[in-house]
Amino acid sequence: MEYKLIGKNFTPPDIEAKVTGAAKYAEDFQADGMAHVKIFGSPMPHGVVNSIDLGEAEKVPGFLAALVPDEVKQPGPAGFPILSNKPTYFGQPIVAIAAENEQAAADAAAAVKVDMTLLPFVVDPLESLKPDGPDALEGGNIASRGIDFQSLKWTGKDFAMVGEDELPRGEAPIEWMFGDIEEGFANSAVVVEESMVHATNAHQAMEPRSAAAYWENGKCHVWGSTQSTSFAQPGLARLIGIELSDLVFVAEFCGGGFGGKATSYPLMALPALVSKKIGGRPCLLRVSRVEEYDNGMARSGFQGWMKLGFAQDGKLLAADMFMVQDLGPTSGFRDYNNVGIASTIVYQPASMRFRAVPVLTNTTPKGAQRGPGENQAANMVEPLFDKAASELGIDRLAIRRINAPGGGGADAKIGAAQGPVTSAYLKEALDKGAEAFNWVERSANSGMQNGSRARGYGIGQAYHSAGSNGFDGLVRITPDGILHVHSGVGNLGTYSYASTSRVVAEALGYDWDNVVIERGGTQKHIPWNLGQFGSNTNFTMTRSNYVAAMDAVLKLKEIAANAFGGSPEDYSLENERVFKTSDPSASLSFAEAAQRAIEMGDKYAGHVLPEDIHPMTQASAKAIAGTGLVGVAKDNLEKEGTVPALAVGFIEVDVDLETGKVEILDYVGGADCGTVIHPDGLAAQVRGGAVMGFGLATTERHVYDPAYARPNTRTFYLSKPPTILDVPLKMGWVATDQPDPQNPMGMKGIGEPLQGAASAALINAISDALGGHLFNRTPVTTDMILNAAEGLPQSHKPLATNTV
Amino acid sequence: MTDVMHNFELYQPGTVADAQAILKDSDDPWIIAGGKDSLGWFKDRVKQPSEVVDIAGIEELQGIREEDDGGLWIGALTTLTEIGASDVIKNRFPALSTAADHVASPQIRNAGTIGGNVSQDTRCGYYRDGFPCYRAGGNTCYANTPTAMNREHALFEASRCVAVTPSDTAPALAALEATFVIQGDGDRRDVSADDFFIGPDIDITRMTSLERGDILLGIRIPGKWAGSNQYFEKVSDRNVWDFALVNIAMAASMDGGTVSDVSMVCGGVQCTPRHLSEVEDLMRGESPGSNLETLVKRVAASGAQPLNFNHFKVPMMRNLAARAVRSLAAG
Repeated sequence: MEYKLIGKNFTPPDIEAKVTGAAKYAEDFQADGMAHVKIFGSPMPHGVVNSIDLGEAEKVPGFLAALVPDEVKQPGPAGFPILSNKPTYFGQPIVAIAAENEQAAADAAAAVKVDMTLLPFVVDPLESLKPDGPDALEGGNIASRGIDFQSLKWTGKDFAMVGEDELPRGEAPIEWMFGDIEEGFANSAVVVEESMVHATNAHQAMEPRSAAAYWENGKCHVWGSTQSTSFAQPGLARLIGIELSDLVFVAEFCGGGFGGKATSYPLMALPALVSKKIGGRPCLLRVSRVEEYDNGMARSGFQGWMKLGFAQDGKLLAADMFMVQDLGPTSGFRDYNNVGIASTIVYQPASMRFRAVPVLTNTTPKGAQRGPGENQAANMVEPLFDKAASELGIDRLAIRRINAPGGGGADAKIGAAQGPVTSAYLKEALDKGAEAFNWVERSANSGMQNGSRARGYGIGQAYHSAGSNGFDGLVRITPDGILHVHSGVGNLGTYSYASTSRVVAEALGYDWDNVVIERGGTQKHIPWNLGQFGSNTNFTMTRSNYVAAMDAVLKLKEIAANAFGGSPEDYSLENERVFKTSDPSASLSFAEAAQRAIEMGDKYAGHVLPEDIHPMTQASAKAIAGTGLVGVAKDNLEKEGTVPALAVGFIEVDVDLETGKVEILDYVGGADCGTVIHPDGLAAQVRGGAVMGFGLATTERHVYDPAYARPNTRTFYLSKPPTILDVPLKMGWVATDQPDPQNPMGMKGIGEPLQGAASAALINAISDALGGHLFNRTPVTTDMILNAAEGLPQSHKPLATNTV
Repeated sequence: MTDVMHNFELYQPGTVADAQAILKDSDDPWIIAGGKDSLGWFKDRVKQPSEVVDIAGIEELQGIREEDDGGLWIGALTTLTEIGASDVIKNRFPALSTAADHVASPQIRNAGTIGGNVSQDTRCGYYRDGFPCYRAGGNTCYANTPTAMNREHALFEASRCVAVTPSDTAPALAALEATFVIQGDGDRRDVSADDFFIGPDIDITRMTSLERGDILLGIRIPGKWAGSNQYFEKVSDRNVWDFALVNIAMAASMDGGTVSDVSMVCGGVQCTPRHLSEVEDLMRGESPGSNLETLVKRVAASGAQPLNFNHFKVPMMRNLAARAVRSLAAG
């Protein structure tokens, strides 16, 4: 379908502020009389506070107040408190100090004396599962949604059965299966069985999770850094202990989140609680880089085992997977669940068993990070497909094509229940990517040596669910003719808040220059929208905006019918006018219609609202009622099945066999994201995802000495996210551009799998350059590559965690 | 952990004499110039000197001068960017030029000085994180235990501490046989590279022979290696903003097709830049080629004692030495 705005490039309105530095982040908040907040973090990975001595801190000139754990609400086991008397990870906030200025706050925090007793701690999930292994929390070592907090130990026999090089497979609280895997393996021409480790990763957001707050007239005003303006609010209100209606929340820009700021989080509430203690005075908590690493909720690592059985043609007949997830000290995020789901959709196995154990450790808290579980799955599974292809003697593209869902995905199945998907074009993405990359011709150079450099090629695939439903849209046409799209989705940096707003303009036939996006906080009267996470924005927000736009379309027609007679069906929209189809002279400009909406009141001006919209949308709509024509609705459109975002990556590298260095020569990313809504935005996602994936695959580090459980990589220079000089300046992209039938304009999300496809492709290309060497560990670092090239053993034991 | 520095007295002298006077009167002085090492310590509050002497404004410590013997004088405050961009350094001492261009990141090179790069403290994560190790005045090395994370640490000359030199320019300067000119309390002394960089066996609490009150004025590179065949390579995980896993610098003079003299130094493998004396001795009189590379590889890392996570540095050293030899054949 030919669109006026959809599929066209535009300049998102936040870009100028970002490139000029005019954008204001939470840390830029300033107010008269503002106090500064600093935290005293735990000096040990697990301990109990015996006493807190504030004597020296109180003597620091400018000291105002201290907030201690007893003054804040404490969650249940494996919860995530704002301050804790029983910290479960290094750096966990115990005391918050407020002072007149930042220097005094820091000096006072440094003068706090906390007497603590060290408790048993653990950083390696397998250590905790041993018969006499330590529990990360008193009384338990596993917890997750649907799994009660408890202590789980495997038997000595569980460990003895496999030895040190293979993942033990004891009792697993998570288990599901479909098909007959024994039959599948029996019928397999090749069976690949490996144990592997996937590292934990920090989020590496440029903007730490600073926050500011004050209280005024019974309301709490918070400036925070979040991916999700609307969706973060209920949780934040709960953390602060207020009603949602008493929260004023500003979050206009977010300097990177990657899942780490998906919604609200404990530190965001801290300045509000401190402010309350000092009479509502404005408070700013500027979070340092080290504090961000300590509290920033990293991606979970895994210790895993997989057995895959393939038919001679490469079809995956059976998959048996066992995952041990490093949860960190809280119930974290269910990455393990997504490892299994991703494997079902990308590879369409005929039979599969999936088992998992989420284990608590005294490491940095874990949360969702771009493709949580799905991208680790890509890095763990994709190399095994290369190994199988090699043993079967078939091309690496071919083994992926034969398993990939395509042709729309009518036959595709997903998850343990083998449910349907809304659309799937992974096979087509592979074909388009292979063509753009010229895979067949170029990959023939695999292993070619030039001096000490060996050429390698890799393909990666990844998945993430890509859309939800049931949220609200809110739009308004004011008497000046301007269309206001109220968006509460958030501004993670993907520009999708803007591109999804264009659906409203498209549906109403608006010139984009006459559209204003109202976003950035409650002051903009935003509707209840899902957060900007989970690759869902394109699908979810376009649906929400579409239904609001359709409500506005109907109201425009009803207003015109009221003015000129006939029924709404007799009217059409064009050039920002509503007119009688049979007599275009009977027309109103949208500006005139908006004025009439105000005069007509009722539902036209937002005085009467749909009953099924969220209270947040109700409040926002009431706030703008009477200012124009209000279109507001809940997304009740049909949705059946999972929306899959599917991505592929093709890469060419040179590996220096004498140094272990990898140079990425070329990369092409491919996306099955439905209708392309914003080509430049998609290109930025493909490239950004790829860069992040390259870091995931090779350079990023997350190291603990198990003797101290103190993180060793709490700076950018130690944690090593990739830099602009580590990646190709130009990276290509393709999209299937096939509309999803369950979105009014065909869109679905794509953000997350673009990273996993790139990281898996890079890992595979490095292995390819080394003649198919399987690392079974992510990341693949310089030392590992050199050791492999030299035929030396690796430094780490096969299942050791937190070593790179 | 906050990143707000402690309070300190800041002095900003305009001359070496003024700086000397301040240093003489100070009980706890800390000299700062580019600040790329110092500010990290301060922000982490691991080191909290009460008096900081900022010498960045001393004009006489700036710049590059040609010397009569074909060598150069480089003021300690000359930035790494200036060194990388200097034509005279590129022409005479390309190993140093290349080394300077590979330090950290462009932003850091714009502020970081050559004096700071050679006199910076080690980057051992335990030490930098405030562990009370030998180097910090304690009685343990946390980086050399059965569980220690020591991928970046030493292969040689451990002597209780297993930290390594983080500098990229130090191996180049050592290979070029530079001398370091130091202003002490009253005296001014020239110190060879071999004596300037000190290991834990000499003093475990510092990386150089600079003592309290000393100011590094500059570095003199003799003409001996000017225009010779030179090589520098750094291997790091990323192409920018990383310290070296291993780096290597070489200066060699050729007589026909054979090596008449050579100086080769490796960084990142011990506390000081490591002269590969066996390699140098082996190479003299030999012709570059695959046979020589094979022999060089055999001796380049002899005596290495890897820790838990750094045995990869052994082949890395060997290969870098061989690549340096290969550069002679290519030239």
